[in-house]
This record gives sequence, structure tokens and C-alpha cells, in this order.
Amino acid sequence: MIRVDGQGNGKSLIQVRGLSKTYRRGGEEIQVLQRLNLDVDKGDFVGFMGPSGSGKTTLLNLLGGLDVPTQGSITVDGDEITHMSGSKLTKWRARHVGFIFQMYNLIPVLTAYQNVELPLLLTKLSGSERRKHVETALSVVGLTDRMNHYPRQLSGGQEQRVTIARAIVSDPTFLLCDEPTGDLDRKSADEIMALIEELVAKHGKTVLMVTHDPVVAARAHTTLHLEKGVLVEASKVEQGVVAGGVA
Amino acid sequence: MAIPIVYNIRSVRARWTSTIVAVLGIAGTVGVFIAMLSLARGFQATLVASGSPDNALIVRAGATSEMTSGVPLDSVKIIQDAPGIARGANGPMVTPEAVLMAPIPLLSTGTEANVELRGVSPNVLEIRKQVKIVQGRMFKAGLAEVVVGKNATNTYSGLTLGQTIALGTVRWQVVGIFDAGGSSFDSEVWGDSHLLSAAYSRPDNSFQSVTVHLTSPEALGQLKDSVTTDPRLNVDVIREIDYYAKQSTSLTTLITRLGGFVAMIMAIGAVFGALNTMYSAVADRGREIATMRALGFGGPSVVFSFLIEALLISFVGGVLGCLAVLRLNGLTTSTINFQTFSNLAFAFKITPDLLVMGVVFALAMGVFGGIFPAIRAASLPVATALREL
Ligand SMILES: Nc1ncnc2c1ncn2[C@@H]1O[C@H](COP(=O)(O)OP(=O)(O)O)[C@@H](O)[C@H]1O
Ligand SMILES: [Mg+2]
Repeated sequence: MIRVDGQGNGKSLIQVRGLSKTYRRGGEEIQVLQRLNLDVDKGDFVGFMGPSGSGKTTLLNLLGGLDVPTQGSITVDGDEITHMSGSKLTKWRARHVGFIFQMYNLIPVLTAYQNVELPLLLTKLSGSERRKHVETALSVVGLTDRMNHYPRQLSGGQEQRVTIARAIVSDPTFLLCDEPTGDLDRKSADEIMALIEELVAKHGKTVLMVTHDPVVAARAHTTLHLEKGVLVEASKVEQGVVAGGVA
Repeated sequence: MAIPIVYNIRSVRARWTSTIVAVLGIAGTVGVFIAMLSLARGFQATLVASGSPDNALIVRAGATSEMTSGVPLDSVKIIQDAPGIARGANGPMVTPEAVLMAPIPLLSTGTEANVELRGVSPNVLEIRKQVKIVQGRMFKAGLAEVVVGKNATNTYSGLTLGQTIALGTVRWQVVGIFDAGGSSFDSEVWGDSHLLSAAYSRPDNSFQSVTVHLTSPEALGQLKDSVTTDPRLNVDVIREIDYYAKQSTSLTTLITRLGGFVAMIMAIGAVFGALNTMYSAVADRGREIATMRALGFGGPSVVFSFLIEALLISFVGGVLGCLAVLRLNGLTTSTINFQTFSNLAFAFKITPDLLVMGVVFALAMGVFGGIFPAIRAASLPVATALREL
């Protein structure tokens, strides 16, 4: 069950309460998130939509522990991450979060295999165990035959699949996808979305995904809109409960 | 586990054009550093080779070098009979020596430089066993003949076998070339001490030093006790090898200090080169670094990784510097011997320990050039760096 009213029963996998983020640029304050609430259960697949600059990436960065909020709390699987120290947060990320970025962010000088192996270097797994995990992850995304290729030798869709393999290889608690198809053509985008759906349906992953694209958003179980710093359910937007359009 | 080192190796290789300045800066610095030290080593080796452990040099008490010393003939006669001195077929193995300077034109430039002339006893080759006649023959006592060291014959005009040369009031014939095993004697001209003194109107009854061959290296103490306690004598006894070692220290210290200073200045430049390379590496790879951080690599891992990268670059620079400077090994150069103001030939002497020092020096430059960029890399705000295109 996904809620945006902050009235969850406290048993959700991810609980966001009163989350605010204010950027300071020059003397000016930009209030991007304003007391935002969110509850996401294990196995949910949530899509976030909203116009450019509405704070979607900011929200994902906070959920992934890449940035700290101005106010409010984020609790994941019982751990409150908003009060963790930098190094504790880093360890938490390695254990719990899988990132999938619009620009893939693969390391250009490492092969597909080595890119996927990176998160496992932070675990206690032996070399042969790592090999098994990497090969499994690459077979899930269908790139076993490309594992010794460098990112520049792969198409956009293939690069994104390597990123997905890297995100799932350490079996994190949830996946954060920031416009995962934003740089891809329709066909590759469909393949990536099919893959993400499969991760949710077959492997029980919890996925939070930001997208511009209504076709892509329609794949999620629930679509939420980021408006004026808070999340609103899509149905309510359609019913005109909240003013303002969708980009 | 840390960020794999293959990441740094491949990154350096992919960015080699921006790395080359840092590598060359470090290579140059290491090259100069090793060259200077090897010059000092070579100089020291040359002078030390001049001495032998079973010879002793006797000079006037308090004299710091042959040039400031004087030993009268009366003293030489007493010294000859002292205990500990070896005896050969021609009597005691003692060479009272007169040291003079003569300006002779250099072959290379035609300008004059001082050559050390050494008046020796005709049996000097029995005493300085490392000295061998390699062309011609030894001079004969009482004749206006000289033998010339192998560096002197190659450095000055008029000092080749068979030529004659005016030294003082006499014309001398070059009758032999000798090899003194790379020691400072190789830069000298030797002749009969009585005739040389006469040619320069020096008194025939005074010498600069007396070199004696000991019955064994251990006999030094015996000789020393005897001559320093004799009330008729006013002399110091020093093992020949120690004398030359001491002679070398002032110049080796000078070269080492000067070399150290130059290397320091160059090192500062090289560190700035490395800093520049590493800062631009960090700036260009902001998103890669942020990705690593997002994946869960900690700040210390990033610092370590970039430090390794700087060390990698400086190591390559260090090895390159070593390889470049190795070509100097054995190359002969010359300098003024500051004790005698004569010209002295010596060679660069590059030893494995100097190469190790060079590489360590390079790595030290790598640490200084890498640590600040590495810290910057680790302190980039992750969220901001990920937004960069
Ligand atoms: N580091 C920052 N400093 C100042 N303003 C920022 C920073 N990051 C983002 N912003 C601003 O916050 C707003 C939301 O940005 P973002 O979360 O990237 O939106 P979206 O992903 O929905 O396009 C934008 O107006 C953006 O300019
Ligand atoms: Mg965005």
C-alpha cells in the first residue's frame, strides 16, 4: 500500500515524514520539498512524475542517502537514515540501495563485468562468489555475452542494462531509478521497462522510479505527482482535486 | 575491499596526455637528483681510489693537505729508517714528493688549466701498486722525462707519448702513460722530484709529503708511534686512503648540497605539475567519483585510490628519470680539485642505492602532488557531482 498522507501504520518498508529540502543559491532560498510524506511497502513499484525542476531527483537523492534533508525523517526497514553520520550512511547505501541513473554512470575504463562487480567489492564475498553473483546479474539483464565489453562498446540500452545488473548484484533493499529511459529510444525504453517490471514481479524488488514519460509511468503500480513540494496521487490529479497540470 | 587499482591504471592510460607533464617533471627532477649524487659519489670514489690501505702519507704536523705541508730532507732521512716501513730491492719503500702546478692548454678549448705535477721517487710504482705504465716506460732517475696519467694525456695538449713539453725551465720528454685505476693520479704528471724542483727553482731539500709503503696495513700504528714521538720530527701520519677520503669531503658536500638545493627547487615544480594533473583528473572524473561514492565506497577509499594514482604516475616518472640518467653512468667529467686547484677528471657513479633513492624521491613527490587532489575528490558533494554532465 502506498500512501502520501503520512498516516501509514508504521509497518511500511519506507516511511517518509515531513521531508523538506531547501537549497540556497546566492542569497536566495529555493524550497524544493515541503513537508513531504510517503509510505512504500516491500514489493511496491512507484512512479514519480512532475515537471522538470519539481524536485524529483532531489527526492530520490534524499531517499538514497546521497543528500541530507533540511527537515523531516526517512526510515527504511527500521533504520532512520536522516541522522546517520557520513560514513555510516555510505555503508547503509552499499547495503540497501541500488541506483539506476538516466546517464548510466558506468565507469568508462572498467568492463561491464568489472562495473557490475564494484558493489560486491564492498562485501565479504570471495572472488569466486563474486563471479557467481556478477554472472547471475548479467544473465538477468541478458548481457552474459557482453561482460568483457567496455561501456563505449555498448549501445545505450545495453549500458542501462549493465547499470541495472550493477544495481541488483548485491541484492539491495530497494532500487532507485532516475529517468532510467530518459536517454533511450522507444524500443530500448520498452525493453528496460520490461526488465524493471520483471525485477518487481519475479524477483520481488521494491522500485521507486522517476520519469517524465506517461507511457513509462503507466508501468508502475502507482504513479505519484510531485507538486509544490509534496506528493499527490495521480487519480486525484485527474479528478481535478489538485490544481495544475502535469508536464 | 578498496576501489580496484585497475581503475587507476586504466584511467592514467586513458588520460596519458594530461599525465605526461607530471611524469616528465618528476622524471627530470629524479634525473638531476641522481646525477648530482652520482657526481658526488664518482668524485669521492676517484679520490678514495687514490689511496691504498697499506700506504701512509706523512705531512707536516697540522697540515690539512699536501699543498700546505712541507717535509725537509733531514726528516725524510729519519723517516726512512722508521719501523713499519716495507723494504724492497732498492731500500726502504718511501717516495718523498714535491707537488707543483703547471698551466697547460686544454685540448677541448685551448685555454690553460692547472695540471698537478708530482715529483716522485723512481721506485714510486712499487709503492703505489694501483698505478701501471700502459704505454712507453717509466721515467729514468736524473733524466728530463715524465710519465703522464691517462686522463691528463687525453685532456691536455702536448702530453702524448713521445712529445716534449716545457715545464719550468726545462723541456721534458713524455716517455710513458700510466693508468692509476680511475684515481686522481690519472690527472697528474709525474717526474723525478729533484729535477722538477730544480726546474721550478724550488729548494732541493724540501718536499710536500712522504708516502711510505707499510709492511702491512696494521703497521700504521707502529710507524705513527715512532715518528710522532721522535723529537727531531714535526709530522703527522695518516693512512693514505683516509687522507684522500678527507680530501673528497668538502667537494662532495658541496655537490650534494648544491644538488639537493637544485633538486628541491625542481621538486617543487614537479609537485605542482603533479598537483595540476591530479586536480584536473579529479575535476574531469567528478561523476565517476560520485558514482563510486553512491555505490558505497567511502571517502577514505577515494582518497586512497587517487593517492595510488598519483603514486603510479610518480613511479613511472621516477623510473623514467632513472633510465635517462643511467646513460651518464661512467661518463667522465672534470672539476677543479679545490685542495690543489688542479684539474681533476672523474666519472658519474650511479649505484643501485642511488636509483632506489631516486624512486623513493619520486614517490614522495607523488604523495605531495596527490594528497590534496585526493582529499578534494573524497569531499566532492555526491548529489551535486552526479548532476554534472
Ligand atoms: N545543489 C543545488 N543547489 C541549488 N539548487 C538546486 C540544487 N540541486 C537542485 N536544485 C534546484 O532544485 C530544484 C529541483 O531540482 P531537481 O530535484 O533536479 O528537479 P527534477 O529532477 O524534478 O528536474 C530545481 O529548481 C533545481 O534548480
Ligand atoms: Mg531530475
